[in-house]
Amino acid sequence: MTDEPVLAVRDLVVEYRTPAGPVRAVRGASFDLYEGESLALVGESGCGKTTLGLALLRLLPRLGSTPHGEVRYRRADGSTVDLLTMRKEQLRRFRWHEAAMVFQGAMNALNPVLRVQDQMYDTIRAHRSMSASAARKRCHEVLDMVRLEPRRVMPSYPHELSGGMRQRVLIAMALLLSPRVLVLDEPTTALDILTQRSIVDVLQELRRELGFAMVFVTHDLALAAELADRVATMYAGRIVELGDSRDVFAAPRHPYTAGLIRAVPPAVGEATEISSIPGGPPSLAALPPGCPFSVRCGLSAEVGDGDGPAGVCVQADPELTRTGERHEVACHYSDRVEFTREVVVDGV
Amino acid sequence: MASEPLLSLESVSQVFTSRRGEIPAVRDVSLDLAAGTVLCLVGESGSGKTTTARIAAGLNRPTGGTVRFAGRDVWGGDRTAFREFRRSVQYVHQDPYASLNPIRTVFATLAGPMRRHRLVANRDEAWQKASELLERVDLTPPENFLTKYPHQLSGGQRQRVAVARALTLGPKLIIADESTSMLDVSIRISLLAMLSRLSTDLGVAFLFITHDLALAKYFGRDGDIAVMYLGRVVEYGPTREVIGTPRHPYTRALLAAIPEPDPELNARKRSAGSLLRSMDTPSLLRLPTGCTFHPRCPSWVEGECDVSVPRLEALDADARHEVACPPVLRQEADAAVPALSEQDGTG
Repeated sequence: MTDEPVLAVRDLVVEYRTPAGPVRAVRGASFDLYEGESLALVGESGCGKTTLGLALLRLLPRLGSTPHGEVRYRRADGSTVDLLTMRKEQLRRFRWHEAAMVFQGAMNALNPVLRVQDQMYDTIRAHRSMSASAARKRCHEVLDMVRLEPRRVMPSYPHELSGGMRQRVLIAMALLLSPRVLVLDEPTTALDILTQRSIVDVLQELRRELGFAMVFVTHDLALAAELADRVATMYAGRIVELGDSRDVFAAPRHPYTAGLIRAVPPAVGEATEISSIPGGPPSLAALPPGCPFSVRCGLSAEVGDGDGPAGVCVQADPELTRTGERHEVACHYSDRVEFTREVVVDGV
Repeated sequence: MASEPLLSLESVSQVFTSRRGEIPAVRDVSLDLAAGTVLCLVGESGSGKTTTARIAAGLNRPTGGTVRFAGRDVWGGDRTAFREFRRSVQYVHQDPYASLNPIRTVFATLAGPMRRHRLVANRDEAWQKASELLERVDLTPPENFLTKYPHQLSGGQRQRVAVARALTLGPKLIIADESTSMLDVSIRISLLAMLSRLSTDLGVAFLFITHDLALAKYFGRDGDIAVMYLGRVVEYGPTREVIGTPRHPYTRALLAAIPEPDPELNARKRSAGSLLRSMDTPSLLRLPTGCTFHPRCPSWVEGECDVSVPRLEALDADARHEVACPPVLRQEADAAVPALSEQDGTG
């Protein structure tokens, strides 16, 4: 691992065109992704996490644009390139080769009328000149990696596979051209518990073996705790907390992250306190003044003495600020966030 | 259970016929649910939990076994009893985007069943009653919601409307089929808290179906839980006991597989290693012989588990905790009488 990040995102803004004017879904996100590292983007629906994930590979739908910011990718030879200014042909070569996207497999990420093998061959052929037998061999390799039986899966149509198998096929396809970065959208959502477990195990193992870096988008905090080295919590289009997952889960410094963790009931042991966050995320088209979380924030209300959110929370949207060596938070009162998650466990 | 159960399934089975053969979706399932209590059904896709729920709701007629509601056989031919049963049991579906009619306002959605069953005399009364229902499900002030269409509501709000609709006829049992799985974590907990309150305030019983054991444990902590695998119940008992000390290898594997929002705990869990021999769930069309879990079970006994079909049996005479796994039951029996076996030296 070198000190330079493989992906450096700076002040990235994503806008969607709507009949009512542009709406900012991502409002200035900055983070680094280092080689071999796994970063989770977590948050509720509509917080901009999927949009940010798509923007990293410039896969935004047509109504989306990136008016501002930089996504700087560092190649293996050390040279860097800003993805947002890449030309079409350059971008085509970049995707799959350098960085690949794994969409939510339970949904319609695979072409339903093509056999798995044809979709895999297409991907290879679009990017590399490879003989049929070499392509076949490569497909076998990646399917083996995700613990699928190539002979059974390759001639199948997507509908003949289970949700977990489809997700594994998508991961295998993403690995075809040995990319250095993987972006995964909700990799285990809508899958059964044991299937989720096998996907998680496969990803952990592959990351150890192949050393790619990955960014994954999830609303499942437990998955982030399981699979991520670092966690970025998003709220209303911004990263509001970013840090090593051990730190973030042991001592979250943003009241929103703390609230999300408190809302997850544990499977093992008894949690002393499970609570929800009141209200819902604000509309991105009409954000409240100041910190967009202030209207739901218990801490701010406490500081404000029952008079609604504290003054400073309504006046200024806090910047992401360093609070620990590798921990950044965007909260005016981050030093007052109290968090204990006591789970009484015996014998795990 | 001393009192007569509100709903009981007595060895119900459901076989579907498809072009590829017969699909035994539910086999020999017996469950009891007392008034005002919670029963959780957990299992993976294909475990038969939704089919069991549909049988419990009277939406499917089982191909075998008996469904009793308040003691009466609902398929026994008594039409009044059947109507009474259907009105007393309401179903809340998984997807609030699909289960509400998009061209009906919240008021129309709630007023429909009330009018049809003549529970209200006129529109004003229906409005009044609909408002009360919305308050029950924490959609306040109700005037803000009654004139809205589903597309104007968030997922959590829609699901609350679906619950309010289920309450219109004063049900005794609500069947919630993965009703919170499409919602964000924070909204999920507040919806569950609301359902718990309904259970306490109105004495409504819940059949809660989920694949998430942590959620079942949270919502059903004072009730019972049944773990299903390939159409059969493999473990059944008070939720606290089943989740606290799971006995069936399948339940144990499920619990071990769930990630927790705690990296340290996950690392410890992971170091325990995988608990299954195979990741693949067998097809219902080609079920394994004997115990259907044996091809995946880490502690199967050759010549026994692949031959004979295990039955649910209580761990000991006065326990309500039942397990369908003879090796586990034998272990329990041995552990229960250590002093005795030491004395006479047979072990």
